[in-house]
Amino acid sequence: MKLYLLATLAVASAAAFAQTKSAADGIAEYRKLLEDGNPAELFEAKGEALWKQKRGPKQASLEACDLGQGPGVVKGAFVALPRWFADTQKVQDLESRLLTCMGTLQGLDTAEIAKTPFGRGEQANLEGLVAWISAESRGMKMNLPASHPEEKRFYEIGKRAFFFRAGPHDFSCASCHGEDGRRIRLQDLPNLTKNPGDGVGFAAWPAYRVSSGELWSMQRRLNDCFRQQRFPYPGYGSELTIALASYMGINAKGAVSIAPAIKR
Amino acid sequence: MADPMRIRAQLAGDKATVRVLMNHEMETGQRKDASGKTVPAWHITEVSAQLNGKPVLSAQWGPSVSKNPFLQFSIRGAKAGDKVAVQWKDNKGETRTDEAVVS
Repeated sequence: MKLYLLATLAVASAAAFAQTKSAADGIAEYRKLLEDGNPAELFEAKGEALWKQKRGPKQASLEACDLGQGPGVVKGAFVALPRWFADTQKVQDLESRLLTCMGTLQGLDTAEIAKTPFGRGEQANLEGLVAWISAESRGMKMNLPASHPEEKRFYEIGKRAFFFRAGPHDFSCASCHGEDGRRIRLQDLPNLTKNPGDGVGFAAWPAYRVSSGELWSMQRRLNDCFRQQRFPYPGYGSELTIALASYMGINAKGAVSIAPAIKR
Repeated sequence: MADPMRIRAQLAGDKATVRVLMNHEMETGQRKDASGKTVPAWHITEVSAQLNGKPVLSAQWGPSVSKNPFLQFSIRGAKAGDKVAVQWKDNKGETRTDEAVVS
């Protein structure tokens, strides 16, 4: 009897020990298993082909597109966006910059593309493009320029938007992402007011979401954050979303990008 | 036509590890769209693989396999330079074949 009791005790303590392996560890393990077959690769292949393909009314490829490192330079472009562009006189993120190129080089109707729901038509093409362009900077460190007055202004606007509490739930980005150790359900939430670490937060998007089988760009990620806050839809490539990206990106300086990552 | 697969075949000793990512919607036929209509089933039903034309794997798949499926298997006796071909067929009769070289 005594022996039996001891045995059950041992089992019980083993179970308790198993529980101390936190849910986060479990999720990390799950991601590790999936990493090998990240379907984002399928989007990367599609994006690379789209970049080189002659399309649109002007029958041009995107190979002359300047993503901030000079025309046609893709490597290292992703980790330095959003940034100020002299030709458009705007701070632009990857998606809004791609829209500019699709308009000027290919003659596509950018207003129409911005209105298209995520994952359809040209928006689906944009997902491929951001997957490939971000993959070209995989393993590089986030290094957004922050010297131009407009870049500084966007950072400040983004910071304000990040801490702006509103909506029926009265919460801001900072309510969930403003301090360490927060989580939603079982997911750890990165603290985006500083560099949250390599391959976390800003350095992990775009990403393939297993639950929906979709590739989400930072624009889609941010738009969904607004939806969760019950805020109005800010619009694709809107200044507000770019300002938030500037804020998170500059904070994440030095974080290694793993995009396009894989998410639950 | 269906989008291409990504196939990697990596040699370690006398075994080649083959990793395949397929582009497919894999609709189960159980889901309904926004207007309440059933989304028709559309998924891969057969998968097969060959090493230099010789069959090494055949499988029957159903609706429980995820969207954009990932398949990994190993082939014993493969050598560098061998060709691995993978094909799938779906319930609409559509097929796709892609190849990779063992390295």
